[in-house]
Amino acid sequence: MKPASRSFKENAVKALHDDGLQQALGKVRYGFVANRAKARANLPEFETLRDQARAIKEHTLAHLDVYLEEYEKKVVESGGHVHWAPSAADARDIILRLCQDAGAHTVTKGKSMVGEEIGINDHLEAAGIKAVETDLGEYLIQIRHEPPSHIIAPAIHLTKAQVEADFRDRHKDLPQDRILEEPAQLVAEARAVLREQFLAADVGITGANLLIAETGTSVIVTNEGNGDLTQCLPRMHIVIASIEKAVPTLEDACTILRVLARSATGQEFATYNTFSTGPKRPEDPDGPEEYHVVLLDNGRTEMLGGEFHDMLRCIRCGACMNHCPVYGAVGGHAYGWVYPGPMGSVLTPSLIGIDEAGHLPNASTFCGRCESVCPMRIPLPKMMRHWREREFEKGNMPAGFRLGLKLWAFAARRPRLYQTLMGLGMPVMAKLASKKRRFAWLPLAGGWTRHRDLPAPQGKTFQTLWREQNGRQ
Amino acid sequence: MDQTTGPRSDNPRVGLFVTCLVDLFRPSVGFAAIKLIEQSGCRVEVPRGQTCCGQPAYNSGDKADTRAIARATIEAFEPYDYIVAPSGSCAGMLKMHYPDLFGDDPDMGPRAEAFADKVHELISFLVDERGVKNVEARYEGKVTYHDSCAGLRELGVKQQPRILLEGVQGLELDEMEDSEICCGFGGTFSIKYPDISNAIVGKKTANISASGAGCLLAGDLGCLMNMTGKLTREGKSIEARHIAEILAGMTDEPPIGGSGDAQ
Repeated sequence: MKPASRSFKENAVKALHDDGLQQALGKVRYGFVANRAKARANLPEFETLRDQARAIKEHTLAHLDVYLEEYEKKVVESGGHVHWAPSAADARDIILRLCQDAGAHTVTKGKSMVGEEIGINDHLEAAGIKAVETDLGEYLIQIRHEPPSHIIAPAIHLTKAQVEADFRDRHKDLPQDRILEEPAQLVAEARAVLREQFLAADVGITGANLLIAETGTSVIVTNEGNGDLTQCLPRMHIVIASIEKAVPTLEDACTILRVLARSATGQEFATYNTFSTGPKRPEDPDGPEEYHVVLLDNGRTEMLGGEFHDMLRCIRCGACMNHCPVYGAVGGHAYGWVYPGPMGSVLTPSLIGIDEAGHLPNASTFCGRCESVCPMRIPLPKMMRHWREREFEKGNMPAGFRLGLKLWAFAARRPRLYQTLMGLGMPVMAKLASKKRRFAWLPLAGGWTRHRDLPAPQGKTFQTLWREQNGRQ
Repeated sequence: MDQTTGPRSDNPRVGLFVTCLVDLFRPSVGFAAIKLIEQSGCRVEVPRGQTCCGQPAYNSGDKADTRAIARATIEAFEPYDYIVAPSGSCAGMLKMHYPDLFGDDPDMGPRAEAFADKVHELISFLVDERGVKNVEARYEGKVTYHDSCAGLRELGVKQQPRILLEGVQGLELDEMEDSEICCGFGGTFSIKYPDISNAIVGKKTANISASGAGCLLAGDLGCLMNMTGKLTREGKSIEARHIAEILAGMTDEPPIGGSGDAQ
């Protein structure tokens, strides 16, 4: 998808005035956030589990080459195929070729953020292959031609009424007078529509939450069961996954699944945790005849060992965005690309460039709540700051802001000068405010005073008063 | 001061890191801090070689200026037993981030670490380091307390202010919903993304109003200026004060931004 991160500010203003979106975002506080807190409280060893999960990922990343090669070997041993895709374009081409070789007309898809990252649906559609999203949220945004607004709840920005309107518009062959009021009715309709697609599909494409090196297994985590139908019914199953999804062992995978579900939805375990190893074996009652894994790099090896290395621990639970005051105010679409919220503010510049995504690491109050809930303890604010440092070095900053910062820093580095200037300035400012003790407007402070008053200074600075009381020091 | 627990007799030498916002906008918080630190059995000095902790530069990606400011601050405060700041945000910068700035510098690295070890946020310093359990103060009214982000998440300031507020005669603490959620200030964030900042602080002022308290307290002046600026703009008559003013019994000064005596 074409990034719209450059217009983050405009996107954000639009989002703030979108009543439907604001209504939808209001639910995150009482859903994901409350449920995670409950799940954490119910598991005394949760913090220990976080440390274990982090250690697993740290170890894997330190030996990623070894584990990926082991994983490939095991996939091949179990009758599957591994395709290495250095870039998004490579991954798209590999998947298209596999679909064409399979003579595919219809492809079903499980929810995959990497699928969104490489824009696989548009690529298949352009080649005349119908790609159908089967996760309810993904299905909704697909029929609306929208990107996801959340990494685990892609249609979280929609209200029930919007979904009903979309279904009536899309499913024209169904009776117009049918009742679509309750969520259960909407889900039943989506199920019925999708059931035919599952049966018609020639290829099923899923992502992977984990790739297990010791067994050559890909793991998907879902709550709808759509992923299982996507990967079991068609003749061919294609897994698209990025390289950092690898873990050494089954045991490691289970540790991560325990923190993943709790951090994401507050479940102790997701409803479906499906482990796939190779194609259908002779004794299996069902399963795909061919099993392919497309391993995507797309800039990730560049991150290894660098300032953004820790970001590769991310398991895509979405806790950071659920707890982010900025995401909570503007939702996911404002971020303008595939990955929103704090994890996106770190990852997106790595994947599409800081010139394109410069706003994202700046649009944070650094409140630190994301890091505090991240199951992998990724230092998200610190890495956003690293991006700001790179931007500062490149001069990517409004000229006025940069000048103001430099002038301020010039003074702040010189205590005597700073104290003299401020000692003269603050009493003047206090006088200007007079009895009201606040400003409704001030030159150069428009960003602040547009929405709130600026409290006035009391008068003399502390340094002035202190020296007056204690004599010149 | 609670005579069973303090003051201690060790009489350490404390350097007050005033913070730029207290220095410029609300010196009375600085004097309240001095009173509280002295009551806990310390000598307090205010080194002249301080300006700001450097966060505006640090969080704008300007590492060179941040390092220069940090170096000057470290030099000014090295002689003290403790460095105390009436702000979780600034104390967090000095304690958690200064060492990062000089990571591989053989001279400044160890000095920054030694400096950081001595840094404390004011209220947690009183409770955790000085063993203060009670202050002799009086405030008639209902207050609510906002947990500022850096104090809470970088320094673990959560129970300490509540412990001391509990001992203030006449004071009733009415907790607001989501007291741990950011007020939307974020330093330069509030200027760079004013509309988003406004949306966040709007949720905060709604929670403050719903608490029923007549006075908003916090340990960080930046957050307080943001929240009270929004409250007065909304025409609310809830006043705002730094928690040190209440604990030191120094509430003669009008509240921040004149809130409370509004309209």
